[in-house]
Parts: sequence; structure tokens; C-alpha cells
Amino acid sequence: MAEIVSLSEAIESLLNDGDIVALEGFTHLIPMSAGYEIIRQAKKNLTVVRLTPDLISDQMIGMGCVSKLIFSWGGNPGVGSLHRLRDAIENGWPLPLEIDEHSHAGLTNRFVAGASGLPFAVMRGYRGTGLDEVTPTVAPIFCPFTGEELRAVAAINPDLSVIHAQRADRKGNVQLWGITGIQKEALLAGNRSLVTVEEIVDELDPRPGDVVIPSWLITAVAVSPGGSRPSYAAGYYQRDNDFYIAWDAISRDRETFMKWMGENVLSAAS
Amino acid sequence: MMSIAAARQLKDNQICFIGIGLPSKAANLARRLHAPELVMIYESGTLGAKPSKLPLSIGDGELAETADSIVSVPEIFNYLLQPGRIDVGFLGAAQIDRYANLNSTVIGDYRKPTVRLPGAGGAPEIAGACKRVIIMLRQSPKSFVEKLSFVTSVGFGSGPSDRDAFGLKGAGPVIVITDLGMLEPDPVTKELILTHIHPNIEVEKVIESTGWNLKIANQLRVTEPPTKRELEAIRSLVAAGA
Repeated sequence: MAEIVSLSEAIESLLNDGDIVALEGFTHLIPMSAGYEIIRQAKKNLTVVRLTPDLISDQMIGMGCVSKLIFSWGGNPGVGSLHRLRDAIENGWPLPLEIDEHSHAGLTNRFVAGASGLPFAVMRGYRGTGLDEVTPTVAPIFCPFTGEELRAVAAINPDLSVIHAQRADRKGNVQLWGITGIQKEALLAGNRSLVTVEEIVDELDPRPGDVVIPSWLITAVAVSPGGSRPSYAAGYYQRDNDFYIAWDAISRDRETFMKWMGENVLSAAS
Repeated sequence: MMSIAAARQLKDNQICFIGIGLPSKAANLARRLHAPELVMIYESGTLGAKPSKLPLSIGDGELAETADSIVSVPEIFNYLLQPGRIDVGFLGAAQIDRYANLNSTVIGDYRKPTVRLPGAGGAPEIAGACKRVIIMLRQSPKSFVEKLSFVTSVGFGSGPSDRDAFGLKGAGPVIVITDLGMLEPDPVTKELILTHIHPNIEVEKVIESTGWNLKIANQLRVTEPPTKRELEAIRSLVAAGA
């Protein structure tokens, strides 16, 4: 059964330096507050897994928490570059960043394989592309029935998977709805899992298209109201598109970035 | 002109996989003009989204609220895209070559890039599996290059037989729409040929803006200028904001 704990306790007890940590949420329900807490606790040498690194990874990379990024699209959606990610890859600042790069379909299938307890997943993709050559977690495989050449992608099993959801009940059953992305697969692929939620309620009444994850599949649940901002939580608050646009200028310059992080993350209580 | 030309390529009731930026603008424009029943699929999992304004991200709340259905990311890629259920895929990129292969990964060396771009996202499988692919890209010698820094998505590889050899199910790129004109693959060689120039654009300008020796169609045509109705629709779309 999931334990209901504070966010700071959860990060302290579930995440170690050097761990592989997945932080998922496809545009919607990004676990931003968990990222802030990881930064505040100055975790080091992490391998971060995220389809779309987004602001959360930009901040963790810029603050020196990350030594390797496993990803499939590293931009600020609709705005442009993630400048801290670029600075790390192009200039090694603040630390050199190793990358393991996929397509969305490829990284998605790595989570699916991880969640399924299989060593790899099979897909039609990568052939003829540069990723087929540079990414070591992609390899040729032949269909045993037809002989068709396909691609295998290695399973991924993070030490810790973190997602954000709208609600949990007092037993730690979790409910999310709206765009549910890759969250279920990411959570099930993790050896340990943490779900941050907007609120804890007595009863999870059904919502259209909801995904309910039973408590016994989850290690810990932590309440974190507004925990996705500037991403969003359907039914609670909207995506702060203006902040995504503003992030471009904040993150472009190292000093401006450090100042913003100091004022808005490091000095803030979790 | 790019959005209008791309919108004209879309037919009513088509199933269309779109990304943010020009593709989203073109598809939303088509929906307001001749294709009200166009099914727009964003890779966030929203099927049949009907936004009232242009979204900033592929996962904006309005896409989810107006969608016929929301599915998970594994479903989008494994159940919808991979089996070839999508009619039209839209792609942009930083670079394109003469066989419509695309680069959105790096400029320069992969291990030590001059410019690190966002990367693949959904593009490689969109390029591989959609029945037809429409590419939108501004034309310059930096973007229309002899050799890509990195092949993110396959158009026709190095010639007419590569798609089959790679096991790619879709027909591949059918048109490349730029700010200067439109290019289409030669039916036999699959090399991109300039088939249309936009109004008031000189052919020389297109040739100068292409980093390879661009072939010109025997019957080069001028793109139909935007109609009053198209211009009104695009203005109202832009006025609605992002």
C-alpha cells in the first residue's frame, strides 16, 4: 500500500544520488514541485528520463543535478529551445550531459517494456535514421514468423518514477484524468514510485476518461497543491502559457537563471 | 501563404496528425474553410480536437476539452500511428535534403553540436507510417542542404527504393511547402522538383535559396493567390490568439 508522506520526506527517502529517475507528464500534469524538491535537496549525478524534458528538466540540468538525460524531444513547446539543456550539451555547463536519445514512439515503448517486465519492446521504426546509429538502446530484431526486420528498444526500469495526479483517497489510490500521456507506464516501470497530488479526498468519484491506479502499485503519495504549475492539472488550474514564453528569457542567460532559481525555488519551502 | 497552401492540401474528413506551429495553423485554417470535419490528432493523445484558437503546446487544455477522445501516448504511437491509420502527417524541420529527409536533431557533429535542436519527438514515425506526409519549411541555403547534419526522419533515403528497404509503410512526403514555392518528389527518382512558385516570387530566388542543384518542373506553375475568404479566415485565427 502507498504511504502518504510529505514531498520532502518522499524525495529524501526514495531518491538517491546516482539514481535513474523518471518524471513524467505529457504537457499536462508535469510533476514540477517534485523537480523543485530534488533541486532543493541538491541530488546529484541523476539520470533523468522524460519524453519531453520541458522546464522541469531544464531547471534540474541547470542546477547541476543531472549527469545523463534519456529523452525524445527537448524543447520549450511552441516557444523554442530549452537553453539550460542546450548549454549543457553544447558547452558542458554546469556539467557535461550524457544523452540517450529516442523518438517518442521509441522511448514510449521502452517504458511499456519496463512496465511489462520484459527486456525489450518491438516496433517498426528507426531504420534509415541517425538515431539508429547513435543510440545504443536500439537494435535490429527479426520477426520469428515472417522474418521482417524490426527494431528492439531496451526496457527502462527507473529506480524512481514520479508522476503528478489530480487526487488520491486516504488509502493512496490515485486518480488522474485529461491527457494521461505515458504516466501509467512510467509509474509501473519504476522500481519505486511517487505520485504527487493536488488533494486527498474521501472518495474518488468517477470522471470521464479517468485512470485510477490502485494504492498497492504505488510506493508513496504526497500532497502538493499546484504541484504542476506552470504546467496544468485539468479541473484545477490552466497551463500558464505566459510563463512558458517568459522562461525563454529567464533561462537564456546563466546568471538570470541562477537568480530566478535562487528566488523562486531554493528559498521556497516545499 | 505557407499556411494557406498547406490548408488547401487537406481534404474534409481526413485524419491528420499535427504538430505545433505552422502545421497546427494550416490544419485549423482548413477546418475553418473547406474541411470542417477534418480530424485533428495531436501527439499528446487528443483525437478530434476542435480548438477555438491556436494552441501553444500540443497538450493545451482546450485540445483535451474539445477532443472526441483522449488516449494514452502508447496508444497514439502503437495503435494509431504505427499500423498506418493516419491519412496525413505534417512535419517541419531545421534542414531538408533533395530526397526530403529531415533533420531536427543537431547542426554540426552529433557528439559536439554547434546547435542542439529539440530532437525527434514523433517525427520519425510520422514520416514512416502516415499515408502521406506534408512538409512545411522556410527555404534558405541553410535549410535546403546538400547533406543533412543528421537524419532525424526518412523521406526517401537515398533514392526511390529506400522506403521499401526500410520497411516504411506510408507513401512518404508528397509535397514540401515553403515560403517561396512548392516542391514535389519526381515520380520516378523521388528527387524534389520545384513545381510551384508563390505569386511575385522569381525562380532565381528559389534556386539561390536551395543548397543543391534544384530541378525545375517542365510546367512550372504559380500558386493560386490567397482568396479573400482564406485571408479573412487566417486573420480571424491569428486574432483569436495563441
